[in-house]
Amino acid sequence: MARRVAITGIGVLAPGGTGTKDFWTLLTDGRTATRGITFFDPSPFRSRVAAEIDFDPEAHGLTPQEIRRTDRAAQLALVAARDAVADSGLEADDLDPQRTGVTIGSAVGATTGLDEEYRVVSDGGRLHLVDHRYAVPHLYNYFVPSSFAAEVAWAVGAEGPAAVVSTGCTSGIDSVGHAGELIREGSADVMIAGATDAPISPITMACFDAIKATTARNDEADSASRPFDATRNGFVLGEGSAVFVLEELERARARGAHVYAEIAGYASRCNAFHMTGLRPDGREMAEAIRVAMDQARVAPADVDYINAHGSGTKQNDRHETAAFKRSLGERAREVPVSSIKSMIGHSLGAIGSIEIAASALAIEHDVVPPTANLRTPDPECDLDYVPLTAREWRTDTVLTVGSGFGGFQSAMVLADPDREAA
Amino acid sequence: MNASVLPLPAPGAAGTGLRAAITGVGVTAPNGLGTEAFWKATLAGESGIDRITRFVPDGYPARLAGEVPGFVAADHLPSRLIPQTDHMTRLALVAAAWALEDAGLDPAELPEYEMGVVTASSSGGFEFGQGELANLWAKGSQYVSAYQSFAWFYAVNSGQISIRHGMRGPSGVVVSDQAGGLDALAQGCRQIRRGSRIIVSGGVDGSLCPWGWVAQLAGGRLSTADDPARAYLPFDADAAGHVPGEGGALLILEDVESARERGVRGYGEIAGYAATFDPRPGSGREPGLRRAIELALRDAGAEPGDIGVVFADAAGAPDLDRAESAAIGAVFGPRGVPVTAPKTMTGRLYSGAASLDVVAALLALRDGVIPPTVNVEPDPAHGLDLVVGAPRPAALRTALVLARGEGGFNSALVVRAAD
Repeated sequence: MARRVAITGIGVLAPGGTGTKDFWTLLTDGRTATRGITFFDPSPFRSRVAAEIDFDPEAHGLTPQEIRRTDRAAQLALVAARDAVADSGLEADDLDPQRTGVTIGSAVGATTGLDEEYRVVSDGGRLHLVDHRYAVPHLYNYFVPSSFAAEVAWAVGAEGPAAVVSTGCTSGIDSVGHAGELIREGSADVMIAGATDAPISPITMACFDAIKATTARNDEADSASRPFDATRNGFVLGEGSAVFVLEELERARARGAHVYAEIAGYASRCNAFHMTGLRPDGREMAEAIRVAMDQARVAPADVDYINAHGSGTKQNDRHETAAFKRSLGERAREVPVSSIKSMIGHSLGAIGSIEIAASALAIEHDVVPPTANLRTPDPECDLDYVPLTAREWRTDTVLTVGSGFGGFQSAMVLADPDREAA
Repeated sequence: MNASVLPLPAPGAAGTGLRAAITGVGVTAPNGLGTEAFWKATLAGESGIDRITRFVPDGYPARLAGEVPGFVAADHLPSRLIPQTDHMTRLALVAAAWALEDAGLDPAELPEYEMGVVTASSSGGFEFGQGELANLWAKGSQYVSAYQSFAWFYAVNSGQISIRHGMRGPSGVVVSDQAGGLDALAQGCRQIRRGSRIIVSGGVDGSLCPWGWVAQLAGGRLSTADDPARAYLPFDADAAGHVPGEGGALLILEDVESARERGVRGYGEIAGYAATFDPRPGSGREPGLRRAIELALRDAGAEPGDIGVVFADAAGAPDLDRAESAAIGAVFGPRGVPVTAPKTMTGRLYSGAASLDVVAALLALRDGVIPPTVNVEPDPAHGLDLVVGAPRPAALRTALVLARGEGGFNSALVVRAAD
């Protein structure tokens, strides 16, 4: 009997909603959490909007030393991991440390902490031979982001396989997909898996400014993220973390755990085309979708909802729409598709896990979150993107996808584990 | 039965079922550019550790590193790739091309979705990043390069290699500090298990720039010695830190049947693997390395007596060396297996270290010789049969490679000679 993988705990910190309940309320209300940047003076930048979290690590229970030695991205992951374990109902006695592992996805690691520390050791960029005497003692934790996985492992008491997965903007899907594979192959029974990124810093804004990937709709910050809309002109940078407790399904059932969803299928492909560019035909993403559905034994007609990557760049939304048509055929025109990045921005490596959380909650509540700010249809994006308003919708099987720099294309199928009996 | 559905072990099965043939290798090491140059230097005990030349190290408490000698990127790569890549990515692109050539493979002739790239990273293109941070803070945000968004991030090597060779199958990137070189190979084997034919895997790394140097100094593990022969002394009573380096190795993992069908014997096979994480600091409990070794042996269906040589992580710090020798002793008994650390000739290459050790292990199996650990006078307290001074001839069938990452990552990989 093949081992199956269940999500039994969810922890989410997203813009406009720290905690699963607030997160889901924001999404189903169709409210947006994008705003003018407050973390630093954004005036030198072309894009000056972001989706920031109002996050106080101490109020979330982190200790002063945990806070001192960690970057903001690690802090978000620590809180999300603890929330996920609490949500799963797992007690310390239920966890065999040696059979519990950790995977954390992150596209850019401790980039915010590194930006701040560089500014100091270089004395504002003046020193090429940067001065080590001004470096903070925990700088190595920023330098190599595997420290994120170490922090989470310490927090939850995991002693099985641990790693950070860093495949750019698909990291959040690939981290959870990898964790699921470790459970299936028998290397672990429980995985604390998810992703985090906190990239809203001057260096990140500057590098996306340089390629005009982010929107410059600075005067309409609360409606700046416009996936699938004809007026879209780039993504809004976000931050956040989602972490899950994944368990082998039979084990979860045996302890009477609440199962949000099963990770039924996962696949990743590369476009081998360009580090940042996409071909319009979407063929590699379509291939990832096809293989993930195959693994899940799901046909196009079974897909109830597609949680899109929907970043709001011209090329992504066109590419993705083509990928859905290519992989699902006529079903692509029937199934609701939406992008929660319209509300919480694009948190790079974290967003894939946050979107898995939204997908699992859609199955839980039979509600599909909307695509906010979609007011002007684009003839090139001609699917049902659930504009503006959430929809009550029988949702047993969800496809969630991601696409990122480096050419990575990932797809995951989440399903109600009892769907066959339903 | 659908072909793409995973062949999964039953619950409680001992093994992960991770297997792959290694049919090609590409090496960029501080003591040799290219596989045979590296191996010749390694058997001759020639070290690549010396005073840093890439920047002026005089003002820093540590001044030695292993730099890859004689590497001129323009000799190996198209000019358009140079401005958009960090030094370590250029090394990785060259290592990947050499590995494919060594395997006798032309990716253009293979199914695009059956090839992928899984690399380890530790700090991305850090030197490139320093340049752009300097532009940002000294000149202004509009001076930051259009390449910054992808030249420094951790996924850069997998992305660039996949593009250069048209590999559209599953790829990946793992970050687990110095354990990453083994974890990437295991992840590559998972893709083979799932149906990929060819995976380019391993690690090539490096951040020998002032900003990277300051970050490594903050870790508190660097040797402050100025004598290259006295700086990195794992398992020696004088062990006092390590010397970092750049480079590493990329390997071609190939489905065993596929390699056999095209009549390629390869260097050997990945036969077993396991990864663990240490208990919380201060717990007083045993670190996870022994368990990683035991699980990897079980995964390979091997007994301790089957292992002909152990390539040690060799941290060069007294506490970490003690933990490693205790784990090896617990599994193999006192002086129960030959142990070596050829990385004493390269320095520690971060995510590149362990995959270079795997190449050294495969070449040791091929040539029946264990490469030496240099400069070290073994401290008898470790109870290790450390191969020092000269290479040791040995009839080898199976080798174990160990790697650890800062914070508590432990990985162990078993390689077996080709039949």
